[in-house]
Amino acid sequence: MSELLLDYLPLVIFIAVAMAIGAALLVVPFLVAYKQPDPEKLSAYECGFNAFDDARMKFDVRFYLVAILFIIFDLEVSFLFPWAVAFGELGLFGFWSMMVFLGVLTVGFIYEWRKGALEWD
Amino acid sequence: MSETFAVRELVPVLPEIVLVLGAMTLLMVGAFRGERAVASINWMAILLLIAAGAIIVLLPAERMESFGGSFVLESYARFLKLLALIGSATAMLMSLDYLEREQQNRFEYPILILLSTAGMLMLISAGDLIALYLGLELMSLSLYVVAAINRDSVRSTEAGLKYFVLGALSSGMLLYGASLIYGFTGSVNFAAIAKASANGGIGLVFGLVFLFAGFCFKVSAVPFHMWTPDVYEGAPTPITAFFAAAPKVAGIAMFMRVAIDAFPNIVPQWQQIVIFVAIASMLLGAFAAIGQRNIKRLMAYSSIGHMGFALVGLAAGTMQGVQGVLVYMAIYVAMTLGTFACILSMRRDGKMVEEISDLAGLARTNPAMAFFLAMLLFSLAGIPPLAGFFAKFYVFLAAIQAGLFTLAVIGVLASVVGAYYYLMIIKIMYFDEAARPFEPMPYQLKAVLAVSGLFNVLFFVYPRPLVEAASAAAKSLF
Repeated sequence: MSELLLDYLPLVIFIAVAMAIGAALLVVPFLVAYKQPDPEKLSAYECGFNAFDDARMKFDVRFYLVAILFIIFDLEVSFLFPWAVAFGELGLFGFWSMMVFLGVLTVGFIYEWRKGALEWD
Repeated sequence: MSETFAVRELVPVLPEIVLVLGAMTLLMVGAFRGERAVASINWMAILLLIAAGAIIVLLPAERMESFGGSFVLESYARFLKLLALIGSATAMLMSLDYLEREQQNRFEYPILILLSTAGMLMLISAGDLIALYLGLELMSLSLYVVAAINRDSVRSTEAGLKYFVLGALSSGMLLYGASLIYGFTGSVNFAAIAKASANGGIGLVFGLVFLFAGFCFKVSAVPFHMWTPDVYEGAPTPITAFFAAAPKVAGIAMFMRVAIDAFPNIVPQWQQIVIFVAIASMLLGAFAAIGQRNIKRLMAYSSIGHMGFALVGLAAGTMQGVQGVLVYMAIYVAMTLGTFACILSMRRDGKMVEEISDLAGLARTNPAMAFFLAMLLFSLAGIPPLAGFFAKFYVFLAAIQAGLFTLAVIGVLASVVGAYYYLMIIKIMYFDEAARPFEPMPYQLKAVLAVSGLFNVLFFVYPRPLVEAASAAAKSLF
């Protein structure tokens, strides 16, 4: 057990060093940096303009929809890669498993296309 | 894998395949024909559920395994699958009229019910932790969406969101437990876990606790019940009826299978969890329902209490206990669906009413409905000779024979407290000043109410088929 844990020692050291450096970088500016705030400096920086409005604005729910659709097909591709690499050994069973998977995704894709999820307006 | 896999391995999975393929076909029909096809899609969905049930009945009766043991079909799975299918099909039937009148006829609804039912069937048959999780998520994800199907209503979307957030949390706990169990036993297969768990170990018990916490959430047992009243109240009523029946069957099914199949060697460890959960659920279900004014909330607390009673049988951990739970679930589904048929017909001036006081004087305005509802409520309270009494009788008997006297006594006392609020509704229906009558019941609801009412009243005449089927199912699990 202790040998197993010993294997993780470098990791622990690494975490400790990373935390030490991170904390130092956060704390040191408070101690050594030159401070002379004025309202202009404290305001949000927006390409040299004054801030137009609040950053917490509502935005269109369609962005979420696109993001979700993207994730589905992104994952599909990430399943396809290992399948394609190991295709030689998988045989017919592997082939048809992936075809069923793609078929299910295609059904979902047709549904979202018919429902107009792919159109922006 | 590729050499050993044969098409006949798909035979035990046939009901699930039929449901999933049917759901995808109907989705395509709906996508191309749009809302015009809703009525036919609704009926096709009911037919598919019946077809899946028929396949389960027709499949050979012995124990079958598929996908290297991760899918198991034996009498136990058959019994509960039929029950879940009956629950889903009836809930679907009861929602037809409601959806039409409320202008919420979306073709996605029957498809989501089908997918969720397919998930339940997979869950009931799961032979390892991965299959269990897949079935559970297929069921739950569809349920989250169905809860929020009326997306223009704040209450419905709130119900869906609450259910989703808490459900995701509980899935996380369940997965954490599953990963601990895998880490300490080296397998996800239930039989292999049973073999490896012979000498226990604190890590395994940790995993067990997390896993059971996830299960408790899915069957809405205290202390993981908080979502139930809000979701029941917020979701459209036929969907509440669906929530109260079929997913509970699947949840109890996986609970029992994991406890009995995967952890037969550490019974004392999980027994104390189940005993605590059962007692807490029975007591909370009994006391918290007393103050409710909304009948859907009341049914939510009632279902929490009933899950507590069902878990009494599991706490016994014996074959008799499992048989008791199976009988309990069958009767519970019948009672719940009948009661919701009544709740669904509480409609005045084209609007649903949900307050208990709206039932005032129902005995004068609609004596038949009042009689059946009274019978169902007596049955829910567990008054002999109605079916609900026998349900409780079998689980308490099993608990006493396993030596769990305290549990049985607390259970009986809780059911006495619970009887108060059921009887109060009957008092309101029979002795209070009559309110305005409800609109006439649609024929589907009449049929469901009559069947479930007669089942409850006449169960004691001929209980053998159900009890024997449950006994055979319980035997196949051990």
